[in-house]
Amino acid sequence: MTERNFPIGGPVLEVKNISLSFGGVKAITDTSFNVLEHEIRAIIGPNGAGKSSMLNCINGIYKPQVGSVTYKGEEIQKVTPNIMAQKGISRTFQNLALFKRMSVLDNILVGRKLHTTSNFMEVALQLPKAKREEKVNRDRCEEIVEFLEIEDIKNTPVGKLPYGLQKKVELGRALATDANLILLDEPMAGMNVEEKREMCRFILKVNDEIGTTMVLIEHDMGVVMDISDRVVVLDYGKVIGDGTPDEVRSNQRVIDAYLGVEH
Amino acid sequence: MKPIFMTYTRGDLINLAILLIVGVVVIPMTVSSGYWYTSILIPWLCLALATIGQQIIMGYTGQLALGAAGFMAAGAFACFNLILRVPGIPFVGALLISGLIAAAFGILFGLPSLRVRGIYLMVATLASQFFIIWMIDKFGWFKNYDSSGIITAQDIVIMGKPFTSPVEMYLVIVAVVTPMTLIAMNMARGSTGRNWMSVRDMDIAAESMGVSLLKTKLQAFAISSFYCGVAGALFAFTYLKSLEPVAFDIKLSFKVLFMVILGGLGTINGAFIGAAFILLFPVLLNYIGNNVFHGAIDATIISAIEQVVFGVLMIIFMIYEPLGMAKLWETIKIKIAGLFSKK
Repeated sequence: MTERNFPIGGPVLEVKNISLSFGGVKAITDTSFNVLEHEIRAIIGPNGAGKSSMLNCINGIYKPQVGSVTYKGEEIQKVTPNIMAQKGISRTFQNLALFKRMSVLDNILVGRKLHTTSNFMEVALQLPKAKREEKVNRDRCEEIVEFLEIEDIKNTPVGKLPYGLQKKVELGRALATDANLILLDEPMAGMNVEEKREMCRFILKVNDEIGTTMVLIEHDMGVVMDISDRVVVLDYGKVIGDGTPDEVRSNQRVIDAYLGVEH
Repeated sequence: MKPIFMTYTRGDLINLAILLIVGVVVIPMTVSSGYWYTSILIPWLCLALATIGQQIIMGYTGQLALGAAGFMAAGAFACFNLILRVPGIPFVGALLISGLIAAAFGILFGLPSLRVRGIYLMVATLASQFFIIWMIDKFGWFKNYDSSGIITAQDIVIMGKPFTSPVEMYLVIVAVVTPMTLIAMNMARGSTGRNWMSVRDMDIAAESMGVSLLKTKLQAFAISSFYCGVAGALFAFTYLKSLEPVAFDIKLSFKVLFMVILGGLGTINGAFIGAAFILLFPVLLNYIGNNVFHGAIDATIISAIEQVVFGVLMIIFMIYEPLGMAKLWETIKIKIAGLFSKK
């Protein structure tokens, strides 16, 4: 990864001292890390380490009791999914959160919401502005459909598609937002090797061609080490390792957490 | 087929043209019996319009609201009072303002949807049904202090010309229902409809894409009640020809709900199919009772059969075809098209 179209820049997202608990259960304890511009950043860790909770804190679905999220140098006071979307952070979900009864194209079109300014009256009466906007949005989504190689299923209701394809559609929807930063919650969970390889190719391609910064959670260590620039390792809600894949791989605490340790 | 007008294909436009010609030219020229207009076409179109309203909130936005008749009553009485109290107000203007008043009620009673969902929302929205009817009954002003309880609706006068015969009233309804249906389709197929459906299918993801739940839900409630309000005003002025709160009871709300479910959740044409079925089925049963069995079956039994068949159909549709008769119709069309293309 030497000559990249979008060289890695300074920190865009900084997570500082986040603590999150559900009643007595501590999901995340005093966790801090940052994400650099244009990089692919992985969050790994065993089950229940707090990876998804971490993403949900960044995106505002969970409200951490302590800690702050800084995006592009601005500390975000009120973190809600909507505000984060407006700031340019999009995401996918671990257990697929697609609009099941809508077609693939319509799902991706919802991602264009923040690029749509015509109100319902303009849409209802099909005024020129609404028509023009719809055309622009549709063209952009057709591009994404083509990019993800899902042209032949674009009019199928998403609920009828197999899992691997649904994951692709979700990536497409996140891409349609033209977000600067995309949070991917286990984009490859439940996929076979081939599908995983394909998904990796898309993630790298997006990062390379559009320069989107990616934060991804993944179980498969092999995949993570191959595609990410830096990795943060969580265990029991705490950071136990942070660095390049090679650094993390040789970190004793990480090895202990993954392989178990003799007591 | 390539869309030639937004998401409309050439086929859609041809269908629309055919429907309009049949609705505006063929029917008024061929159907002369007042019965067809007053008992079938007029209530069908009015209720179909209310069903579109219910579709928007329930089928598209996924909010289980049950109070269509309440909003219809709001629209009907608003229209009555506007014509009564505002001198020289054009009928169409009164109709639109009635819709807006109903929409205001819709926003008010849609507020619980921000907190509760599903069956709980259904219970919460029932409040609209009972509150609006109670309000109209309680304050004499709404009924112009009429003690008889039944107020005759004013005549529809547009540009100085009264529209009082069944055919004339039918044409007024067509002139209102057609553009409103097209507008509903535009919204449903455009970004507005996608926002509604995204809230219906997965609200948390919708929010993460920048769809505001508050705005989208209240907008859907407002538009839905607008449709119900206009439908209610038309229903009172053309079909009932009177204004009585009792006509807009909970039974009517359920009727509209069944029209949505049988017609097909999340389809605009389903609103028309569902309304036609629920309205025509009792007529058909009566016809069979009178002409096949020559009155041998008691009228009460026929109405009981009606209830039983509706109940069974609801269950069958819920299980086998949640998308209702509109989907069934699509399937049949595809099958027929398949038959012809083979030859």
